[in-house]
Parts: sequence; C-alpha cells; structure tokens
Amino acid sequence: MHEMGICDGIVSAAVEAANDAKASRINSIDVTIGVLTEIQEEALQFAFGVLSKDTIAEGSTLAVTMLPAKSVCGECSAEFGHGRFDAKCPECGSFVCTLVQGRELRIDSMDID
Amino acid sequence: MRVDIAKGILEKNDTLAEGNRALFASKGVFVVDLMASPGAGKTSTILATIAALRDRYRIAVIEGDIASRVDAEKIAAHGIPAVQINTGGACHLESDMIRRAVDTLDLDEIDLLIIENVGNLVCPTDFDLGEHAKVMILSVPEGHDKPYKYPGIFQLSEAVILNKYDTLSVFDFNEAEFRGVVRDLNPSAPVFALSATKGEGVEAWTEWLSARIEAAKEPQS
Ligand SMILES: Nc1nc2c(ncn2[C@@H]2O[C@H](COP(=O)(O)OP(=O)(O)OP(=O)(O)O)[C@@H](O)[C@H]2O)c(=O)[nH]1
Ligand SMILES: [Mg+2]
Ligand SMILES: [Zn+2]
Repeated sequence: MHEMGICDGIVSAAVEAANDAKASRINSIDVTIGVLTEIQEEALQFAFGVLSKDTIAEGSTLAVTMLPAKSVCGECSAEFGHGRFDAKCPECGSFVCTLVQGRELRIDSMDID
Repeated sequence: MRVDIAKGILEKNDTLAEGNRALFASKGVFVVDLMASPGAGKTSTILATIAALRDRYRIAVIEGDIASRVDAEKIAAHGIPAVQINTGGACHLESDMIRRAVDTLDLDEIDLLIIENVGNLVCPTDFDLGEHAKVMILSVPEGHDKPYKYPGIFQLSEAVILNKYDTLSVFDFNEAEFRGVVRDLNPSAPVFALSATKGEGVEAWTEWLSARIEAAKEPQS
C-alpha cells in the first residue's frame, strides 16, 4: 500500500547516484526486498513505472530479488529458513529465535550508460 | 556500466528514526507506537493507559490521522499534552513527522510518549519511528482471522492488545484460534485481552508497559 513511497526512495537514490556518475541513462536497478516486509512486487513495479517517468530512470528495468525469511535459534544456534507462520526451530523446537533475513529493503546496484 | 549503491531504500526514514531514538534516550523518554485498524480503539486504549499510569509517569501523546484534530482534542481534554499530526492522505507516520511533533513538546517533562499511528494494519510496520516498542491492537469485531490476513503487523509488534473484549459474546470470535495463530507468528508477544472503554483487563497491559519502561531505564549491558 505504500509502494509509492518506497519507490520514491528507489528512484531518488538511483537518480542521485546516476547524476554523481555523470550517467546519461539508467538501464536497470537492482533491489532486494525481504518477504516479511509489506511490499508486493507487482505494486512496486507499477509505482516504479509511474515515478521513473520523466527521470533519467525512465524505461529502465527494476530487477527485484525477493529474499526468504531466515532465523537463528537462540537455544541451539541452528540457522533455518521459514515462512510467516512457522518461525520455530526445526532442530530443537524453540520459539526463541532471532530473525536474520527477511525484512530487507535495499537498493544494491544499477546499470548505467 | 555497473554501479554499486548498497543503500537502504528507507535510509532517510531510518536515519531520522535513529536520531529520534537518540533524542528520546538522552531525555529518558519511553516511546510506544500503537498501531491498529481504524476504530479498533487506539484512542480509547490510550485514554485507559493514561488513567492507569498518570500518577506514575508524565505522559504525552502524538496523534496521527489523515485529517482532523478530533483525537488530540480527546486526549488534551484530560490535561495531557497532545500533538496532532495530519498526514494529508499518507497511510502511516514517518520519522520526520514524529520529529516535528516532538519538537513542540518539552521532553524534559515527559516519561512516556504514546504515538497513535494512522489506522492501518499494513503500512506502519515498515517504518521505524525511533520508538522503543511497537504494539498493536486488534478489536474483537474485526474477527479472529486477521493474523492470517495481516501477518506482518502481528509479527513486528512486541505485544498484542485484544480490545473490545466485552463484545466477545456477540461475535463469533474464536479466541483460542486467535491466540494460537499469534503465537505461531510471534511466540514472544503477550496478548492482553481488555476492554479499553470499560477498564477491564487494562491492568495487565499497563503493568507490562511499566515493566518495559523500567527495563529501558536500566543501563544497557
Ligand atoms: N464496546 C467497546 N467499545 C469500544 C472499546 N474501545 C473502544 N470502543 C469504541 O470503539 C469506537 C472507536 O474507538 P476509538 O478509540 O476512537 O478507536 P481508534 O482506533 O482510535 O479510531 P480512529 O482513530 O478513528 O482510527 C468508539 O466508539 C469507542 O467507544 C471497548 O473496549 N469496548
Ligand atoms: Mg483514534
Ligand atoms: Zn534450536
């Protein structure tokens, strides 16, 4: 629902970096999104199309990598992947786990000319 | 040509949130961000919390709404400093809005700052405001299936308030199922069933909150 705001962050950071690099155009932007954020890729792509219009990023590809959730068990230190509803250690059954991956909202890199 | 950016998409918000957090720490203010759907009872819960804790802590409130000053006026009527933020359409609060609101408060005179986020079960979860704890409220009439539909907010909240508990008999709310799903999503979050307007069950919540406030005062090891 707030993909517009998120996308605004992506476009402005990319345009800024492209300007710093004296680029003439942006071909693609790579972002990483954790699956536990409230971001939907479809809505993000839509917002990107709208917000990149009339910028140096217009027509570029937004390459989205969705990262699965991962936690580390506080009891036995096992690292395990999980979904939204099962953040429970598969080794020892503990619920005391720390999320180490899944809430990312990151711009990684871009391809420019 | 490839260029590395390696930046948080919400970096601006997160940096400002860290600034807020440092400010709150330096002033000894505990900050809780209350999130819920429209009408779930955020303002009522804040009023009940004020009634229970006002003798122990100096409290102030930031009210986030898309429009109007109604909620801030309700709080101010109880003699509690209240700042209204109108987001003008935005579905959540961001850390710069909090900073501007906080700048109108005298933090030296506040122990507990309660933020009422904009009514929404989705968007507020991705935005750090610099708070110590995010807490959510679900009200009985919304239904026990909400954790399936909006898992993110249940996962991110340190505690879950089940409000309008007095209406349990009129709705087909399955409390056991609700508690089970919340446990699967967020095993460490306590669930406080209460009735904000009637006062029942409020004490368990305010005792938990006081314990959190006191724990935050202890130097970090
Ligand atoms: N029966 C019952 N009604 C409640 C309870 N808590 C709140 N209400 C009612 O629910 C309605 C909404 O309560 P508010 O506290 O204004 O809810 P809110 O979440 O702040 O609403 P918005 O700020 O408009 O999103 C009001 O009519 C309250 O009187 C409760 O515990 N039991
Ligand atoms: Mg309200
Ligand atoms: Zn384990």
